[in-house]
Amino acid sequence: MDIVRLHEVSKWFRHHTGPKLVRDHLLDLFRVTPPEHRFYALKNVSFTVRQGESVAIIGRNGAGKSTLLSVVAGLCEPDSGKVEASGTISALMEMGAGFHYDLTGGENVRLNASLLGLSRQKTEELFPAMVEFSGIADFINEPVRTYSSGMVMRLAFSVAAHVESDVMILDEVIAVGDQQFADRCLDRIRQLQRAGKTLLFVSHSADVVTHFCDRAIWLDHGEVVMDGASSSVLGSYSGQVTPEVES
Amino acid sequence: MWRGEPTYLLRNLILKDFRIRYRNMSLGVFWSLLNPLVMMGVFTFVFTKVMKTGDADFPVFVLCGLLPVNFFGMAWIGGTSSLVENVGLVKRVPMPREIVPVASVLSNCLHLAIQLALLLGMALLWGKGVHASWLWIVPLLSLFVVFVCGLALLFSALYVYIRDTRYVVESANLVLFWLVPVFYPFAWVPAEYAGIYELNPVAAVVLGLREIVLGATAPRGVLMWKLTVAALGTLAIGHFVFHRLRRGFYQHL
Repeated sequence: MDIVRLHEVSKWFRHHTGPKLVRDHLLDLFRVTPPEHRFYALKNVSFTVRQGESVAIIGRNGAGKSTLLSVVAGLCEPDSGKVEASGTISALMEMGAGFHYDLTGGENVRLNASLLGLSRQKTEELFPAMVEFSGIADFINEPVRTYSSGMVMRLAFSVAAHVESDVMILDEVIAVGDQQFADRCLDRIRQLQRAGKTLLFVSHSADVVTHFCDRAIWLDHGEVVMDGASSSVLGSYSGQVTPEVES
Repeated sequence: MWRGEPTYLLRNLILKDFRIRYRNMSLGVFWSLLNPLVMMGVFTFVFTKVMKTGDADFPVFVLCGLLPVNFFGMAWIGGTSSLVENVGLVKRVPMPREIVPVASVLSNCLHLAIQLALLLGMALLWGKGVHASWLWIVPLLSLFVVFVCGLALLFSALYVYIRDTRYVVESANLVLFWLVPVFYPFAWVPAEYAGIYELNPVAAVVLGLREIVLGATAPRGVLMWKLTVAALGTLAIGHFVFHRLRRGFYQHL
């Protein structure tokens, strides 16, 4: 069963052309941005993802990977084409998105869980497991501004990994923290895969891509260059991109 | 698609605003009492001692004006900037975005409740006694909150596109402070301008509150009707505009 379907999706942004005066707002209002002022982040992207599939999006910085995930998550609407998704979607686009530094760890866990779509009952049920997974139970009543960045990442990942939505979108946040915690993240992702969740993620790590997905989509300048078995896509991708460009 | 629990999310966002506002203040919620008390004291001094136009009820009278105007200013400005201030939520978390300005307005409601308790306490001190008409405060202020939610939806969406919006809102609040009968009675307004005053929902709330607390009567029916129409109309317009502009939030933030 197809759970995510993209048909000829394009997304463009207006090149920044100086200050936004009344004239510019009027132009925007009537959508008459001339094509030469457009910058295409996605251009005619089409693909489908079946339920239970794990798909990696790879490509250089600025290739449109995050825009693609945002479009699938419903954070931005495409300018043309169609996005269809069924089931619940949760997205972790950035570590600690939605966290507030003056709230305690526990308060942030509850806020984040409700943002990601958990009900109150489910949140209270899963709360101990989330805190346990993060491994920072001792500091859960401290404000997050006192945390190290590693601790914030641990907590954010723990919440996201316990929200069992049908489609999970992860933007470069697949394995975070120290080696021990990263391993725990990868274990958790395997569990979610076994439970039949659909995973869509961006990763720059070839190891992660080959270990977790059968399929990869290579994006360049907003267009799909290659879509297929992860090993062959990775092979062509690393052949194309010289190491200095990638770093 | 987001299929979470909107009321739980709303609750958590309100709690967040509230905790951030009060956690780092040593006086905490007492600020909610202190500000109107100081304002009331200053106005009472100016209008009963310096200008000698206020009567014995003046402190309660002016508090009836300060309470809606204070709430209106804070909730409208806070609601307007809510989307821009919560850019991390709007751009990175897929969830119903209209919850953000609504939560911002509702987080001011505790503030309003504390000030209402102060007003009723003052009314008792001034020998106004407890009246059944006090129950009218609930629908009156509820309609007011709905009205401000509508404004917050409208202006928060505009603010994403046009950053001048905030200055317009702040200036409008300053003008409103003088054009709402806060420290003068509505009866002093010349007849030719009275019609314009009656179009202003904030003025309607001030007048309604005075009729309830000082007059111990139900607010006039026509006042409640006008307020209902204004509140629901503003909410409908705010909701409509928000949905039309929502498309562009991602690239304008």
